[in-house]
Amino acid sequence: MESVLHEILPIVILSLAVSLTAVLISCVLGMPLGVCLALSRMRGRSIIKALAFSGMAMPPVVVGLLLYLLLSRSGWLGEWQWLFTTRAMILAQVILDLPFVIGITLTAVEAVPEELQFQLQSLGATPWQLRWTLLGESRNGLMLAAMTALGRGLSEVGAVLMVGGNIEGHTRVLTTAILLETGRGRFAIALSLGAILLTLALAINLAFIKLRRQTSR
Amino acid sequence: MTSRPLYHLLDVCFELSPDFALRIDDWQHSAGQTLCLVGPTGAGKTTFLKVLTGLISLQTGSIEFDGHGWSQGVASIDDSRRIALVPQRPLLLSRSVRANVEYGLQLRGFRADDWINELLHRLGLEKLAAKSAQTLSGGQTQLVAIARALALRPTVLLLDEPTANLDPASVGLVEQVLEEMRQRHRTTLIWATHNMFQARRVADRVALLLAGRIVEISARDDFFHRPVDPRTQDFVNGRMVY
Repeated sequence: MESVLHEILPIVILSLAVSLTAVLISCVLGMPLGVCLALSRMRGRSIIKALAFSGMAMPPVVVGLLLYLLLSRSGWLGEWQWLFTTRAMILAQVILDLPFVIGITLTAVEAVPEELQFQLQSLGATPWQLRWTLLGESRNGLMLAAMTALGRGLSEVGAVLMVGGNIEGHTRVLTTAILLETGRGRFAIALSLGAILLTLALAINLAFIKLRRQTSR
Repeated sequence: MTSRPLYHLLDVCFELSPDFALRIDDWQHSAGQTLCLVGPTGAGKTTFLKVLTGLISLQTGSIEFDGHGWSQGVASIDDSRRIALVPQRPLLLSRSVRANVEYGLQLRGFRADDWINELLHRLGLEKLAAKSAQTLSGGQTQLVAIARALALRPTVLLLDEPTANLDPASVGLVEQVLEEMRQRHRTTLIWATHNMFQARRVADRVALLLAGRIVEISARDDFFHRPVDPRTQDFVNGRMVY
């Protein structure tokens, strides 16, 4: 039992570390972009919006393959030496998470009535203060964006397997471990890992629901 | 007119839609005075107030505010922060009542707890201060919108039917608070109303708007007792005009 725990715990910790870091980066980059897109009247806005929404359907394995080619020794980003590291796994998840964060943020901010924007400006809000206030008003949508991205990251297998390599003690996460154990025929362990993944997802969603209740008060 | 002009609009045109445009040929308003805008629904009262916020880009014409020209009718942030609007259908932030009232001051980096307490007290909002603004009735929302605009001690207060959702006692209270504000801070009030009795009570001057144009503007008593334009005569006598 102790040896199983010893084996599994680092995998759980790495899964959380990779996915949470990717979500954090995606939120920092994607939320301001989503707000700007929602408020902007620039040309080509609908094309960017369509790209963001299409990005949600991006197959992880294709992202993994493209990143693999870019990060491999002969690739454009080969100099970084990121292939088969957690950095590459985080980068893959950021690319997969970003469209969700941008798309959901954009939709949440667009749902705030335009008249509210005018009324806030009439109270003296500068463009940046307006954006900040609208972010606050869209907080439920923003939380949903972060949770969706986290869910996608935690359950993702194709991209992290290709760029992480599933190296024990280095880049092995829950999903790649499940794949490996299934291949080895160790279904009991694979199922246990699956149960841990589901429990994590449930715990995160419960925390989200509680946070949402608190912020809605 | 003894006081200096605060607003001067010249040849202003703002096309709201293909069917409606606000056209103001030459209009001036002095600081510290209360102007009531009256007119039937769809006459352009709300659009006129929106133009006066300095947040809307004009098609043509010029606006001068306290000696500063606004490029295409858009005010600098310094000028626009001297003007506050109480909208006809106020929308509040999903925060507490107090946070909503403090919002404008917060944007300016100020805190004024005593002033906010006084306002909440004067408008009977003290007990609601900690409550979520999303749970308020229409009348309470209107009072919070008035409080959040008054909190800024603006040079100009633009009021779009500010008492439309209020009971008679609250209407009296709001009129009294606004009059106090005017006397204490020499606030200029530009007040759109459907209520002729209210216009008679609060206005120094009254303007009749029809189809986006000012038909007649004059001192309150002249407007109600000696109207010049036949349409104004009809309007003050309760006959519908278009």
